[in-house]
Amino acid sequence: MRRFQPVESVATLLDRDNIDTDQVLPAAFMRGIDPDYGAGLFALWRRDPAFVLNRPGWEKTAILVSGANFGCGSTREHACWALDEFGIRVLIAASFGEVFRDNCIRNGILPIAAGAEGLARLRSMLRDTQDPVHLLVDLATQRVTSPGFEMAFDLPAADKTALLEGLDEIGMTLLEATAIDRWESAEKAGQPWLQTLRTPL
Amino acid sequence: MATLFDKIWDAHVVGPRQDGRTLVYIDRHVIHDLHAPPAFAKLRKTGRDVRRPDLTVAVTDHMVATSTGRTTSTIPKSAPFLERTRSGALEFGIRLLGIDSPMQGIVHVISPELAIALPGSTVACPDSHACTVGGIGALGLATGTTEVVHVLATQTLAWNKPRQMRIVLDGGLAPDVTAKDVILFVIGHWGSDMARGHAVEFAGPVARALPVEGRMTLCNMVTELGGRAGLVAPDASVAAWLKGRAFAPQGTDWGQAVQAWKALYTDADAVFDQDLCIDCGTLEPQITWGIDPAHVIGLSGTVPNPETAPVAERAELRRALDYMQLQPGAPIAGVPVDRVFIGSCTNARLSDLQAAAAVVRGRHVAPGMHATVVPGSTMVKREAENLGLHQIFLDAGFDWGEAGCSMCAGVNGEEGSPGQRIVSTTNRNFAGRQGAGVMTHLASPETAAAAALAGCIVDRRAVQ
Ligand code: SF4
Repeated sequence: MRRFQPVESVATLLDRDNIDTDQVLPAAFMRGIDPDYGAGLFALWRRDPAFVLNRPGWEKTAILVSGANFGCGSTREHACWALDEFGIRVLIAASFGEVFRDNCIRNGILPIAAGAEGLARLRSMLRDTQDPVHLLVDLATQRVTSPGFEMAFDLPAADKTALLEGLDEIGMTLLEATAIDRWESAEKAGQPWLQTLRTPL
Repeated sequence: MATLFDKIWDAHVVGPRQDGRTLVYIDRHVIHDLHAPPAFAKLRKTGRDVRRPDLTVAVTDHMVATSTGRTTSTIPKSAPFLERTRSGALEFGIRLLGIDSPMQGIVHVISPELAIALPGSTVACPDSHACTVGGIGALGLATGTTEVVHVLATQTLAWNKPRQMRIVLDGGLAPDVTAKDVILFVIGHWGSDMARGHAVEFAGPVARALPVEGRMTLCNMVTELGGRAGLVAPDASVAAWLKGRAFAPQGTDWGQAVQAWKALYTDADAVFDQDLCIDCGTLEPQITWGIDPAHVIGLSGTVPNPETAPVAERAELRRALDYMQLQPGAPIAGVPVDRVFIGSCTNARLSDLQAAAAVVRGRHVAPGMHATVVPGSTMVKREAENLGLHQIFLDAGFDWGEAGCSMCAGVNGEEGSPGQRIVSTTNRNFAGRQGAGVMTHLASPETAAAAALAGCIVDRRAVQ
């Protein structure tokens, strides 16, 4: 997986709560076997020429800022692939849909659950200007900065390591292969019906 | 002093992983045609093998056509998904319940119905409604595609133990009130975010009295509460429901299993992170009016008026009313409906179709109504046909389809057209979920069936 590097980019404000994954990537854009997920990102909203991602200066954004419960709804990981293929590296929101948040980590996207005060300042800063605002997001120091703006954020240590190292999850788990073997033998002895899925009647 | 969830979780902990996450063993892995192809591709790319193909089942449900006489190429865009699911299953030695299998159906319907999921087992599935199997006391864990690859390669999931919540459903249900109404009410009451990060156990007299299939409906929509897992403690009715099903344990295994399931309950002195109680005694049938599963009212209710709502909620309410083309403060009954969809892992088991058929029997859908029944599985379809239910629906002017997800999420292209209003027995009413510009009202099979007959949302208690 890609290692997470500091990101400097224009920040895009999606100024609402509860943006669900059907909005992030409408189901129509999951069809086809190798679809262009990036093209499907916020596809319904992008039909509107006035939508922020269609405005000059914002097309190449790598940072989205939003409200509560971003990424709620369907667990479609395709939503993360769409963000990734579009070039989004950082999401800053009040909170995230839980599975969606995990999917972000697994796809090298940094989901920042920002504190209320910092997020409110950031949102009003972005709301109050017609010009693109650039942010620098540094995971190593856990800071979001911009001229005249600074915000620290928290992230569980395991997620931080995974993002910074670009760790392969499966490799990490297979380090425990003997424990898995042992566990299977124990279940086979205790609840044998769970260790087999016999041919149906 | 353990909860039911503790008991199942603790029994499946393999150990901690280096990064602090807990490795949880997966007894059953059920994958489907939407996520299997990319997962197989990733496995190949990384040169990994499937650890326990014998504990893995692949099914085609999301992408299949549900029209009569369907083939794998009925929907051209679906064909490669179905083909890659088939070829991948063959390559990795995984059992496939394909379009021709008598056991095909929606993943969360077939898992319990075939006794792939069992009480006390862990069942991983790359779909957010994996929690459905909580209705038989199995721990369903929803995954993303990267996690599918992880489970395929390791037969484990790396998770953090969720917090725990109990929802005691108190009182008793009026005769017209179903499991769907209960869960819609709970979501409407507390919001679509209230169970975030929690495993939810439903307890209390209402949960206990629900038939097994109703418990699945209840657990299915834990997802719409924001929860990670849903459970109802399995009792003797669950064992009776499972007995003799296709993959059920046999011989001495069966006896031992039933014995082991008796320990699957929450101890009296167990403590939850949140312990809630709700009175269901005064409930009436429920329906959603807006674009969030929490936008719920009773059938005799009126759509909210943003002007009288708290200021903070007004913008969201206005957006929802605007999308749904509803007048603030208007009664929900009487709103004209174009389509009715009875299907999905929420409400397409045999008992759901029986309930809908009982409403429909001997009557006809309203002029211009497009009403569809899509059974949750091929087995449900067969059982329903044995009971003659299909004839009741066909005589009434409903379409009678083959099993699959169909227009629940519409990923196979079966969706409504812009401006259509649908009463749907599914689980999500997000804007555009059933097609761009489609307005979805979630309700029980009975309420959906009544709307098909009346041509509008109707309080069927008033009609009868
Ligand atoms: S019926 Fe709907 S919710 Fe259920 S598995 Fe299919 S798409 Fe998902």
